[in-house]
Amino acid sequence: MELHDVWFVLIAVLWTGYFFLEGFDFGVGILTKLLARDRTERRVLINTIGPVWDGNEVWLLTAGGATFAAFPEWYATLFSGFYLPLLFILICLIIRGVAFEYRHKRPEDKWQTNWEHAIFWTSLIPALLWGVAFGNIVRGVKIDQDMEYVGNFWDLLNPYALLGGLVTLSLFTFHGAVFTALKTVGDIRERARRLALQLGLVTAVLALVFLIWTQIDNGDGKSLIAMIVAALALVGAIGAIKVGREGWSFALSGITIAAAVAMLFLTLFPNVMPSSLNEEWNLTVTNASSSPYTLKIMTWCAAVATPIVLLYQGWTYWVFRKRIGTQHIAADSH
Amino acid sequence: MDLALAPETLARWQFGITTVYHFLFVPITISLAALVAGLQTAWVRTEKEKYLKATKFWGKLFLINIAMGVVTGILQEFQFGMNWSDYSRFVGDIFGAPLAFEALIAFFFESTFIGLWIFGWDKLPKKIHLACMWMVSIGTILSAYFILAANSWMQHPVGYKINEEKGRAELTDFWHVLTQNTAIAQMFHTMTGAFMVGGAFMAGIAAYHLMRKKHIETMKTSLRLGLVTLAISGVLSAVSGDHLGKIMFEQQPMKMAAAEALWDGEESAPFSIFAYGDVDEGHNKVAIEIPGLLSFLAHNNFDEYVPGINDLNEQMQEKYGPGDYRPNIPVAYWGFRWMIGFGMASLGIGLLGLWLTRKKFLLPQHLRVGEDEVPHLVVWKKPLGAKWGKWYWLLLLWTMLFPLIANSWGWIFTEMGRQPWVVFGVMKTSAAVSPNVSQGEVIASMSIYTLLYAALAVIEVKLIAKYAKAGPPELTEDDLNPPTKIGGNSKDDSDRPMAFSY
Repeated sequence: MELHDVWFVLIAVLWTGYFFLEGFDFGVGILTKLLARDRTERRVLINTIGPVWDGNEVWLLTAGGATFAAFPEWYATLFSGFYLPLLFILICLIIRGVAFEYRHKRPEDKWQTNWEHAIFWTSLIPALLWGVAFGNIVRGVKIDQDMEYVGNFWDLLNPYALLGGLVTLSLFTFHGAVFTALKTVGDIRERARRLALQLGLVTAVLALVFLIWTQIDNGDGKSLIAMIVAALALVGAIGAIKVGREGWSFALSGITIAAAVAMLFLTLFPNVMPSSLNEEWNLTVTNASSSPYTLKIMTWCAAVATPIVLLYQGWTYWVFRKRIGTQHIAADSH
Repeated sequence: MDLALAPETLARWQFGITTVYHFLFVPITISLAALVAGLQTAWVRTEKEKYLKATKFWGKLFLINIAMGVVTGILQEFQFGMNWSDYSRFVGDIFGAPLAFEALIAFFFESTFIGLWIFGWDKLPKKIHLACMWMVSIGTILSAYFILAANSWMQHPVGYKINEEKGRAELTDFWHVLTQNTAIAQMFHTMTGAFMVGGAFMAGIAAYHLMRKKHIETMKTSLRLGLVTLAISGVLSAVSGDHLGKIMFEQQPMKMAAAEALWDGEESAPFSIFAYGDVDEGHNKVAIEIPGLLSFLAHNNFDEYVPGINDLNEQMQEKYGPGDYRPNIPVAYWGFRWMIGFGMASLGIGLLGLWLTRKKFLLPQHLRVGEDEVPHLVVWKKPLGAKWGKWYWLLLLWTMLFPLIANSWGWIFTEMGRQPWVVFGVMKTSAAVSPNVSQGEVIASMSIYTLLYAALAVIEVKLIAKYAKAGPPELTEDDLNPPTKIGGNSKDDSDRPMAFSY
C-alpha cells in the first residue's frame, strides 16, 4: 500500500468522523422543529450538542485541509467545480455557529425565534447538500483533460445525487433522533425514540435504493460487503431503538454511516473524482496526489495527532455524559 | 475583459473582504484567550472574587467574539480551492501541509476545549477547568503559527523545488518552511500586534466603567492588565516590526520601496512623513521627509543605498520578463503609515495611562487610593480636572479600535505590497485564479458574503456593547464552590439546572 493509498483511506476516515459526529448535530438541529414542542424542549435539544458541536465541525476543516495537502488536484477540482453548493453549505455553517452562540444572548422572543429558525434550516440544508455532493463525486461529473469541472450547477442536481441528498438528510435526522434518545431524559426521550423508529424506516427505504443503485453502477465485491454491513447495521439500529437499547442503536447508526461512507469510497478507488466525459481524465490517487515527501510528513502528523484528538474528544463526551431534560434548563441563562 | 470585473480582481476583492473581516476577530481571540486564562489563574491561586468576576466578564465577551472568528474561519479553509484552484494545484504540495497541521493540531484543540470551558463550570474541578482555557489559548497561538508559516512561504518561498513535469512546486524541506526567518519574524510581529488589540480592548472597556465609577474593583484590575499588555506588546511590536521590515528590505525590496513611495534609489534615503505622488510619472509631487531614516530602517546605517521603485521594476523586468512589477503604491504607502500611526498612537496612549493611573511611584501620599476607589489621573503632583479626566477615559475607550485598524492595514499592506505576485517570484496572482469559476459566481458569492458579514457585524457589535455595558455578573454560591469531581459532584441534586446552557 503506497502512501497515497493510505491518504485515500485517511480522507475517508475524516469524512466518516465528520458525518458520524456532525451527522447527529445536523439531526438534532432538524429535530428542533420535528420533535420539540416548546422553547425549553428546543433548548434541551440544542444543549445535548452544546459542548461538542464546534469540535465535531473541525472534522470537516481537517478533511478539507488534509485533501488540500494530500490531494491538491482533488481539492482544487472539487471545490472550484462544486462552487455554488459549497457556497450554500459554508453560508449555512457560518450562520449556524453564530446561531448556537447568540440565540440565548438576548431575552426578546423575536430574537430567539429567528435564531431557532436559523438553526433548523442551516442544519437541514448542509445535511441534504453533502449527500448531493458525494452522490456527484461517486457518479462522476464533467471533468476535462485539464482536471477542470466544465459542467454547470444544474448538472449537479441529477436524480442519483438528489437521492443521495435525501439519504444523508434522513440518515442524519435518524442518527440525531437516536442521539437525542440517548442523551435526554423524560418525555422528550420517549418521543425521540418513537420518532427515531419512523425516521429509521424512511431512511432504510431511501438508503437501500441509493446503495443498490450505487452497487449496480460502480460496485464490486468489496463495496457489496460494505453495503451489506451498512444495511444490517441500519436494521439493527432500528431494531435496537424499538426495544429501547439506545446505546446500541446509536453505535449501529454510527456504523451505518461509516459503512456507507466506506462503500462510496470503495466504489471510487483508485479514482478520487471520476470524469463522466472520458475515463482518461479521471482524477486518481496517483495523478491527484502530493509528492511522497509531503505525504510522509502528513502521515507522521496524522499518526501522532489523530489518536490524541480522539482521546480528548472522547473525554469531552465522558465529561458531559449526563442526560439532560427540561429540568436542567435554567429559565434566564441568557 | 474589463479590468474591474476580471476574475482575478473579483477573487482578490472577495479574498480581501473575507480575510480582513476574519482577522478583526482573530487578534481579539488570540489575546483575550490568554488574558482570560491569566485572570482565571489569578482566581484559582488567590481566590479573590474580583478575579473570578473579571474572568466571567471578559470570558463572555471573548465567547461572543470567538464565535465570529470560528465561523468566518471555516470559509478560509475552502476559499483557496473555490476561487484559487490554479494556486491550489500549483502550491498544494507545500501550502496544504501547514493548513492540515493547523486543522489537525490547533483547530481541534481550540474547538474542543472551548466547549469544555463554556459548559464546564459545574462539571470540572477548577484547576482542570482552568487548564481547558490554557489549552484554548495554546490552540489559538498554534493556529496562528501554522497559518503564518504558510503565508511566509508566499512572501518568501523556501524549501521547495519546481517539478517541471507536473508543473507545480514541491516541498523539499518542511522544517525550513516552518522555521525560516520570515515565519519567525511574522509570528513575533503578529502576536505582539494581537496582544495590543486585546490590551486596548480591555483597557478601553475598563475605562468606560471607571469613568462612571462602576464595578471599580474588577475594572481597575482589568485596566491595569490591559494597559500593561498594551504597553509591553506595543514596544515589542515596534521591535518586531523593525526586524520584519529589515527582512522585507532584503526579501521584497519593492514592497518596502512602495511603502516609502521611494521612486528612485538614494544613498542616505529619507523616511517619508507625507507624500502625494503621480504613479504614471513615477515620482512624488509633494514630499515631507526625515533625511537618512529609511536607510537606517533598512540597514541600521544612515548612509546606505536603498533602491527605488523604478530601479527595482527594471531589475525585475530583466529577471522575470516584461511586465509591471509595481504594487499599488498609494495603498502600500498609506497602509504602512496607518499601521504604524495607529499602532504607535495606541502605545502612546497606553503608556500615558500607565503613568496617569500609577499606584505609588512618584505619587504624592494623599493622591493614593484604596482598592475600591477610581484612581486619580495624576500628571505630576496634581490630578487632572474632572473634564480632562473624562477626556482621557473617553480617549482610552476609542483607543480600543486603534490596534485593530493597525492590524488590518498591516495585512493589507503586506499582501498588496507583494503584488503582482501571489508567491513572490514564483507565481503571479493573475495565474492563480480558478479558470472555471464564472464572474457571475464570484459576484454572487462576494455579494452574499459581504451582506452576511455586514449583518453579522451589526449583531456582534451590539452584543459586545450590551454585555460590555452590563459589567461583570454577581457571583453565586455555585460559582464560588466549583465541583471537585469530573462530571460534577452531585448525585443527590441531579435535577439541578446546568450552570451554563445555550
